Amino acid sequence: MEALAKSDFIAKGETAAKPLVLWRPTAKTGLMSWLTTVDHKKIGFLYGISALFFFIFGGFEALLIRVQLAVPNNTFLTSAQYSEMFTMHGTTMIFLVVMPMGAAFFNFIMPLQIGARDVAFPRLNAFSFWTFAVGAVILNLGWFMKDGAPDAGWFGYAPLTTRHFSPTHAIDMWVMGLQLLGVASIAAALNFIVTIINMRAPGMTMMRLPVFTWMTLFTSFLIVLSFPAITIALVEIMMDRLFGTNFFEVSNGGLPILWQHLFWIFGHPEVYILILPAMGIISEILPTFSRKPLFGYPIVVFSGASIGFLGFGVWSHHMFTTGMGTTATAAFALMTMAIAVPTGVKIFNWIGTLWKGHLTMRTPMIFAIGFLWMFMIGGLSGVMHSAAPSDAEQHGSYFIVAHFHYVLIGGSLFALFSGIHYWFPLMFGRRVSEFWGKTSFWFIFIGFNVTFFPMHFLGMEGMPRRTFTYDGDMGWNLGNLTATIGAFILAIGVAIYFVTMIYTFFKGEKTTKDPWDARTLEWSLPNPPPEYNFRVIPTVHARDGWWYEKRHKAEIEKEQAEHAKEDEAHGGIHMPYQSIYPFLASVGIFIGALGVAVIDPANTAQYPGFWGPKVAVTILGGAIMFVSVLLWALEGNDGYHIHLNEDGTIKSEDHHAGH
Amino acid sequence: MSSTAAAGAIDHHHDSTTVTGIPNKKLLMWAFLASDCMFFGCLISTHLIYRLHPPPGTPNARDVFSIELTSFSTFILLMSSLMMALAVNSIQKGNLKSLRWSLLTTILFGLIFLGCQVYEFRNFVFEKHLTITNSILGTTFFTLTGTHGLHVLIGVIWLTIMLLYSFTGRLTEKDAIDVESMGLYWHFVDIVWIVIFTAVYLLEYI
Repeated sequence: MEALAKSDFIAKGETAAKPLVLWRPTAKTGLMSWLTTVDHKKIGFLYGISALFFFIFGGFEALLIRVQLAVPNNTFLTSAQYSEMFTMHGTTMIFLVVMPMGAAFFNFIMPLQIGARDVAFPRLNAFSFWTFAVGAVILNLGWFMKDGAPDAGWFGYAPLTTRHFSPTHAIDMWVMGLQLLGVASIAAALNFIVTIINMRAPGMTMMRLPVFTWMTLFTSFLIVLSFPAITIALVEIMMDRLFGTNFFEVSNGGLPILWQHLFWIFGHPEVYILILPAMGIISEILPTFSRKPLFGYPIVVFSGASIGFLGFGVWSHHMFTTGMGTTATAAFALMTMAIAVPTGVKIFNWIGTLWKGHLTMRTPMIFAIGFLWMFMIGGLSGVMHSAAPSDAEQHGSYFIVAHFHYVLIGGSLFALFSGIHYWFPLMFGRRVSEFWGKTSFWFIFIGFNVTFFPMHFLGMEGMPRRTFTYDGDMGWNLGNLTATIGAFILAIGVAIYFVTMIYTFFKGEKTTKDPWDARTLEWSLPNPPPEYNFRVIPTVHARDGWWYEKRHKAEIEKEQAEHAKEDEAHGGIHMPYQSIYPFLASVGIFIGALGVAVIDPANTAQYPGFWGPKVAVTILGGAIMFVSVLLWALEGNDGYHIHLNEDGTIKSEDHHAGH
Repeated sequence: MSSTAAAGAIDHHHDSTTVTGIPNKKLLMWAFLASDCMFFGCLISTHLIYRLHPPPGTPNARDVFSIELTSFSTFILLMSSLMMALAVNSIQKGNLKSLRWSLLTTILFGLIFLGCQVYEFRNFVFEKHLTITNSILGTTFFTLTGTHGLHVLIGVIWLTIMLLYSFTGRLTEKDAIDVESMGLYWHFVDIVWIVIFTAVYLLEYI
């Protein structure tokens, strides 16, 4: 009966009328294949490439900052340019580098880890990427305009961002860009939640999920629940700027402190959005290279859950100096201490995984161990801030800069770099040179510490953040010069890293399937994975599913042969059709966003009444988006079926089945 | 498959193609609504916080609101949820005719609610002199209720498209989940209004 129920989908083509389709793109190569792709692997690749592009961008901004601060009273940058640099460096690195690089792994790896052929909503996934791209462009548009780039800090505190203090479109573009990135992130996160809950292969119970997939799930929940707060804050500041409302207008009863609360209700979970994927990656890599299962898997998972949960209750530790009152301060201080516990538990679990393992020191492992150590330093300087009186001392100083770079570079970025090395053979079928990988690691590791360790001392000596220069007699000269030298060593390391990756992408040595002898299902695939992922949907028998498969070959082969036959009986492998509409909807959003954020309000003498270029462009963009979404809905989530040969090549495609 | 063509043979509460048995579209809508809760939560909090700190000269909300009209439109919106539930029930039984009437009524009730809101806004602006710029009350009130109104408008457009689509012959019992997830959205918008009605309007009369 199960088979009969499933065959509903085959029968649909005969019983129901054909869906409304205007144009069905089928290109498998070339530009159109990328614009219309719904393949989670291609979308993941697009996220990754975009993130790396902006990483170079944001890194360049960081270098300019360090050059300016190398010596006292430097005039390399003006104070206005400096403000643009630190604002865009922060915004870029958080929203356009670490988050999309996490999204790249979510997209590429997560469906493979759970044994799925795609995410639950392939077209929504494409829409997420294109909207992300649109938001990224809007954010950076200011560099090419006379208004300049946004310059109010990555947290854009009101009332600095109000029209009175920031009259140009720079802040409009920052506001609009972040709103679009929020839409993109929420759409992607919803998709991942449904995928992980509903699309797991048979036998893949929740407590067998690879930890990276668990962290994807938690991160997605954090995104879905925290991004609304910043979106509403941005809507409020946008209303203030566009329509003259009073949300942050003090003279009319607005309270700028509300911005800080709304921003950090988002902003603190955001910190965990940046670090949980990293923790997931580490939890995959350490067991693989220690030749041991992850130590205390359930505890690692539940620690992730409690970090996500407590992450919503600590936001005000960013605001200890605003005078919230002793009760609130004490409560948030306690919560902040509490959240260090599950994080510490994870560190111990990772150490437990390494303990008495047969460690193989390959590049991913070296980055992962670097993560453990550096993230711990960042965590320790972080928990210091939970003591509110001590925090008051460090607030707004370089100590904070040192702290969050230890968690974001030493934590997130080390893990992401480790993940790129680890999954590169799977994604592209080529092996990265160990020598150059390790060389880049040591440059990055040394450069990173030389840059940021002195900042702890600079902060303790009172050097404030976001100040474009300093006098020579403050005692900050040596620390700053050291940091600048370190920044260039770090830059050399990153350059070696990327040149190695680019070289390997084109010319690297071809590698075999499962080169690391790993444990999770994605390694059961040939590399690069075929479009349809799994020839036969795997049945999972153990937590380390692929490890089990490798040790029970006869059993698995028999099982797969049976399932392949069943698949054929159901009409073959179902593949979703490509679609142009998600891309077009994002184009519509882009045009609308230009109207709202970039075009000047109508000159009332020239355009009396409602209509003007601003309104017209906004409505045009909205209309394009609406029509695209409508067509997207009407074309339906149809697909075709493919039939495979024994070796996994495609024997035939079957387009008439309807669904 | 002749068995599924007969009305009522599809199990609308279990999807055999997903692990949990919950259709993907339903799960997506639930997760989205969780997110939307946070959107409205932030807006409602903003209103409630600012309500406590009115600067001198802020109009008194009780002098502005017309609770009779809003009570009426609230009732209408609640009834539209009833019609929406009937629409979902109809499509699950494959009864297109009943579906169309239920959808049409839902749309009409939604439009009546929107009409009341337009009237209310015009009345506040032109007669009570409460605008979005002249006071913090106007700012939070119009932004919050306007955002809700936008949700209702999106719902009405969605319902209308679904109604028109039902005449193409392509909407069948198998697509009940599409109507059902639209219904989840509509009920959510309705529930949010109950919260707004309580927190923004009724609170002023305590």
